Amino acid sequence: MEFVTQHPVLVVSLIKIAVLLFIVMTALAYLTWFERKVVARIQSRWGPYYVGAHGLLQPLADGVKFLFKEDYTPPESDKFAYVLAPFLALSLALTAIALIPFGPPNVRLLGQSIFIVSNLDIGLLFLFAITSIGVYGVALAGWSSNSKYPLMGGIRSSAQMISYEVSLTISVVGVLLIAGTLNFNELIEGQRGYYLHFIPRWHVIPQIVGFLCYITAAIAETNRIPFDLPEAETELVAGFHTEYSSFKFAMFFMAEYANMITVSCLATILFFGGWLSPFPDSWTWQLYLPGAGLVLLSVYTAYDTVANLRGIARIQFAVVTLLALGIGVLCLIPAVMPVIQGPFWFTTKIILFLFFYVWTRGTLPRFRYDQLMSFGWKFLLPLSIANLVVTSFVLILPLLRHG
Amino acid sequence: MSIPFLLFFACAFISVLGAVLLIFAREPIHSALSLVLVMMSLAVLYLLLGAEFIAAVQIIVYAGAIMVLFVFVIMLLNAGFEERTDWSKIAKVVGLPFSFFLLLAIAHMLSRSDIGTVVANGAGAPSNDAVSTRALSAALFQQYLFPFEATSILILIAILGAWILGRKE
Repeated sequence: MEFVTQHPVLVVSLIKIAVLLFIVMTALAYLTWFERKVVARIQSRWGPYYVGAHGLLQPLADGVKFLFKEDYTPPESDKFAYVLAPFLALSLALTAIALIPFGPPNVRLLGQSIFIVSNLDIGLLFLFAITSIGVYGVALAGWSSNSKYPLMGGIRSSAQMISYEVSLTISVVGVLLIAGTLNFNELIEGQRGYYLHFIPRWHVIPQIVGFLCYITAAIAETNRIPFDLPEAETELVAGFHTEYSSFKFAMFFMAEYANMITVSCLATILFFGGWLSPFPDSWTWQLYLPGAGLVLLSVYTAYDTVANLRGIARIQFAVVTLLALGIGVLCLIPAVMPVIQGPFWFTTKIILFLFFYVWTRGTLPRFRYDQLMSFGWKFLLPLSIANLVVTSFVLILPLLRHG
Repeated sequence: MSIPFLLFFACAFISVLGAVLLIFAREPIHSALSLVLVMMSLAVLYLLLGAEFIAAVQIIVYAGAIMVLFVFVIMLLNAGFEERTDWSKIAKVVGLPFSFFLLLAIAHMLSRSDIGTVVANGAGAPSNDAVSTRALSAALFQQYLFPFEATSILILIAILGAWILGRKE
């Protein structure tokens, strides 16, 4: 108890980290469900359907399956690096999320802002520092398996991640020049305000080229289709994680999805105003949006429960309906309403980005390896550098004119 | 015992351990990983001094870029185990005593100076304004613009040299 009173920040941070970890782990599990459902929809299939209503318990079943599979370590592998690689990949991916502000810093409980785990002055740089080490997970996994395909996958992957990291970092610098800060909260606060009283002053409007460069490089950085060469299954079996099984494989899987969430969060913060609402403050009806949205969702699920589902699925979906309705009504309580706005908009934007990710996966074919490299170095990098040069020139112009 | 104090000793120990492992590991990748460990613990030490920017750049540049290239090259060449030779005579006769005396000299200097107590009291750490990114970039691009540009040109020359050497005839 003495320790708690002596180090309040440490203890509160630990609690926040535990809660965030729980939320992120759940989100990761349901992101796989979301992806499978959306891709299935694109391909005119049903997707997961049998475990739980609409396959809602599929992530749980997958998790249990991963836990109970045989954890096989190839005898000729480098044991230390083989075990280290998945831990490195997952822990770095999860660390990065701890830097993200999910809501405004002035929402406080007992003097601690509840939506922010850490508010660093160099937040963005630190995030890049963490993601830049993420390459080791992939590279080590490929090398330590001591097998042909993983090695090639690992080499491809590290080459790709190194190449696209350059464009990723440079495409963001334009925003940094405009905002003049590396702190996430200041970056978001700088996007407050409206053009013509209703178009939000988000950085995406002056930095549209930077945003397009960022989102392309981000997809490549997270090894997703159309840039998923590291695990091109027709060429490399499964790429760097071919030799991994059981929970170590699941860790790579979770790391990939966590990285997707991180780059979506970063895109939201840098270009789309983070937890700011897209509507002007004078439109007070927007306060009801989170609650109303959830209540509408519960109406739909209630209809679905009664009309389409039978047996145990009906009971499960009734629970989902009650949850949505309960949380929706909770969000309509006047005391809760303003608090929930920041996280609501932040999550909405992230979900849209994740949908975009899945959408590209469902639509685009894979690049060839040489196309990937020449696209990264000969098109994306010059474009992002040009964006940087133009932005800095425009920013310096008033200074030049007035001496 | 405050937490920064404990953290300092943990990181100091880890960085020394990493450096020792770097030399004694027989697998090149393990050596490279040990070096990454050294870089990371150095970054934490910078953080303890309040130099956030330097810490982040230390990780991005050294651990995230340079060492990744090292690992990449080692993987690409598929380098085998290191071969060991007997220690050279000069290292045995001159090197060992000399490094011992060097350590003694450093310990002597440290025991005489009061840097330890100053840092422990937090007085030695630079104030946050002095090491903020803004102040650092102002110093780098105004006061030390010429050395900065000269370094950039040096690096450019090195890149060109690597390109010329690596070019196929």
